[in-house]
Amino acid sequence: MKSSVITFPGSNCDRDMDVALTKFGFKNKMVWHNDQELPKSDLIVLPGGFSYGDYLRCGSMASKSKIMNSVINFAKSGGLVMGICNGFQILVEAGLVPGVLLRNKYLQFICKNVHVKVDNKENTFFKNLDKKVLEFHIAHNEGNYFCTNDQLKEIEDNNQIAIYYCDLNGNTNDQINPNGSIKNIAGIFNKEKNVLGMMPHPERMIDESLSGEDGSIFFKNLLNNIK
Amino acid sequence: MLVDEKIAIEHGLKTDEYKKICKLLKRTPNITELGIFSAMWNEHCSYKSSRIHLKKLHTKGKKVIQGPGENAGVIDIEDGDAIVFKIESHNHPSFIEPYQGAATGVGGIMRDVFTMGARPIANLNSIHFGSTQNKKTKNLLRGVVHGIGGYGNCMGVPTIAGQTSFDRSYNGNILVNAMTLGLVKKDKIFYSKAAGLNKPVIYVGSKTGRDGIHGASMASASFDEKIEEKKPTVQVGDPFTEKLLLEACLELMSGDSIIAIQDMGAAGLTSSSIEMASKGNLGIEINLNKVPCRETKMTPYEIMLSESQERMLIVLESGKEEIAKKIFDKWNLDFAVIGKTTNTKNIELFFDNKQVANIPVNTLVENSPMYDRKWKKSKLPKKNKIDKTIFKNLKIKDTLKKILSSPNVCSKEWIWQQYDHTVMGDTIQKPGGDSGVVRVHKTDKAIAATVDSSATYCWAHPLTGGKQVVCETWRNLISVGAKPIAVTNCLNFGSPEKEENMGEFVECVQGISEACKYLDYPVVSGNVSFYNETKDIGIKPTPTIGGVGLIKDYKKMITMNFKEIENIVLVIGKTEGHIDQSLLSRLILNENNGPPPEVNLFNEKNNGLTLLNLIEKNFIKSAHDVSLGGIITAISKMCIQGNKGIQFKKPKFLINEIEYFFAEDQGRYLIEINPKDFKEVSKILDKKSLIKI
Repeated sequence: MKSSVITFPGSNCDRDMDVALTKFGFKNKMVWHNDQELPKSDLIVLPGGFSYGDYLRCGSMASKSKIMNSVINFAKSGGLVMGICNGFQILVEAGLVPGVLLRNKYLQFICKNVHVKVDNKENTFFKNLDKKVLEFHIAHNEGNYFCTNDQLKEIEDNNQIAIYYCDLNGNTNDQINPNGSIKNIAGIFNKEKNVLGMMPHPERMIDESLSGEDGSIFFKNLLNNIK
Repeated sequence: MLVDEKIAIEHGLKTDEYKKICKLLKRTPNITELGIFSAMWNEHCSYKSSRIHLKKLHTKGKKVIQGPGENAGVIDIEDGDAIVFKIESHNHPSFIEPYQGAATGVGGIMRDVFTMGARPIANLNSIHFGSTQNKKTKNLLRGVVHGIGGYGNCMGVPTIAGQTSFDRSYNGNILVNAMTLGLVKKDKIFYSKAAGLNKPVIYVGSKTGRDGIHGASMASASFDEKIEEKKPTVQVGDPFTEKLLLEACLELMSGDSIIAIQDMGAAGLTSSSIEMASKGNLGIEINLNKVPCRETKMTPYEIMLSESQERMLIVLESGKEEIAKKIFDKWNLDFAVIGKTTNTKNIELFFDNKQVANIPVNTLVENSPMYDRKWKKSKLPKKNKIDKTIFKNLKIKDTLKKILSSPNVCSKEWIWQQYDHTVMGDTIQKPGGDSGVVRVHKTDKAIAATVDSSATYCWAHPLTGGKQVVCETWRNLISVGAKPIAVTNCLNFGSPEKEENMGEFVECVQGISEACKYLDYPVVSGNVSFYNETKDIGIKPTPTIGGVGLIKDYKKMITMNFKEIENIVLVIGKTEGHIDQSLLSRLILNENNGPPPEVNLFNEKNNGLTLLNLIEKNFIKSAHDVSLGGIITAISKMCIQGNKGIQFKKPKFLINEIEYFFAEDQGRYLIEINPKDFKEVSKILDKKSLIKI
């Protein structure tokens, strides 16, 4: 399976994502933001980091990069696109997923392990996943997901919420919400479920010496689903 | 503007220093030249009060590739790999403007490391604030933590360990010491020594603005009530540009275009160009009209003294300009050929077709002032006679609670959760342990790093304190299973013009040197920060040591959390009950006098190497060194992190229980082992002091 990771100026999880995808069997290519064309890919990843320094608004300048036209076309034709952290912010700014990401509720960068509940498994990203609650890792300053009530209704009606922040047992509540996201939303899909944006970094949880191994479960499952 | 003595003094120079300049030049300097002299001759850049003593540091060792004198130190970690590392202070700017001060401190130290061709792989910091009761502390803490995170997080370099302390003596002068480690191939290290004639001198990175002018001079003076006026001397950081600069420099370094490279840190273009020329024994000619400027009508004086961040100076091989320019264009960075190397051994500056400065390089460097300042030797304070009945009235539980909840002992999670400590995907020990540990990417090796200082011990007796700090970092590394290799030091002191402060400095340096020599743990880089004073009140002497060690097989790394119930816990090292200068003494007994615990280097080395041997033999389940708050504080941390309890055997104490639990004797570790290994371990340890979980 072929994947491509886009490097924007200021991306800093591009290498980590490359390591993870390669580890689990993807043939990965790094793509420069200023390129026009995407290599032939089964999965496009917009990695984490601080594209354009997060100046103006997180993800806004990167969403106007040359390569993004191709990414948008790829997504609209049904191709799989995943945005992690800053990649999620870029997806939001590019209009590929609904809503916005505000500054964390407590106005601080947060770097820690969190649990997320996977609700919707009728999609390529989470299909056949045998765990309901995954332990992931977050590291962000602007991950506070927000949308209008109408948007929220639409998102819920279409089953677009991918993962929720929750406790060990899958309970979602305010206490467990790390950044103030509406409904504890940690990740969402587009309507068609071929685009996923999420704040947690599965690529930081890919071996037992790191913060955990649930990222391995995610990537292995994803590869099997794409095959 | 005509230069006279008065203007020289306004530049922070002393009368005799000004006279020396006139004598060296055989004329009166013009204002640009005076600015250059003041920047090169201030304490921060010239080390004029410390140089004579720093020579005594132990800096040699089998693993040392580059000792002090370059942008950073370099050590060998085998297989052709090397670690580049250094610690640096950004104290003065951080007190004036905590966010930008701390941020640019982190940015500056990372530049020092990647200037040498190394990709930064870990950041650490040691930050010290005034009393938690002081009304400024909260804002300063918040600003500094945001600043460190703001810069390091954006760069995508994990912040893996640190130290935070609170003490009244920092009320008017906080300390912000930032350390960076980078990874490089041994045969791809870059240095700042220029070579060859007529080689192009290249300016890359951000544009030059009017920020940070006289930053280095500001950092070479004490504070007074006019401190707010110094805000414009603080630089403004742009981590995004630095990230681009990092990637662009590493890309250029993968080829063979660079002869020498130097970042523009303190004293900006002045010190970078002069250092490169000085090391290469060459002259350098710069056309200041070619320097990319952010603001209009900048004068030669301003251009030379600006401390705008994220800039580099490079001496290129002739004919490589196009290759280099292409790379910097790709990363959207400024690139300009601003001059060339010459055989004049002078620095010559041109502006609007006129020569605006012409100074022999050696007058700025070798002929810079060096002082052997007067210093006062300190005596070892007398031991306090503590009335043992006081101990009887102390309840262990209440005392422990007070100690665990004191700001210098309690968990610092609030701080390190704001730092990205997992980016780069190789952090295998997070903050909160004895050392941070990162894997060497795609190998079985890992690098452990720690940073520490014990101002209270140094204040009580600088010589002992200096030794103790080195040993503390040595222990922190051993506790995670790393073999200590080398250190970097950041020496934070008050005014060197006071005999007491100078004495503290001299004796701390002596202590550091003795310990480093004995432990074969050399100093490879560092910096000195004097004048940490406000209105005549100085800080406690605070030498900060950053230690680096190697774990050959990262799967053998040790953490401090208790692993399993029914395991037994042993103490390595002797507990004699030293209470003076302990947290118990200061916090509970309100007694601030007395000597710090003695440092016995023989025991220190012996105990440490023994523990490493036990770790190598796979006996150790968890380990933690005993420091602030004594055995019971250390054990509590192991319990809390491991979510376990501990049951003490009724020990046959030779000393009072309180003394046993809270004493801060040095050279001790707590280890957890499986009961089945007890005999074997005992044989190796040949020690007692048993406690059982």
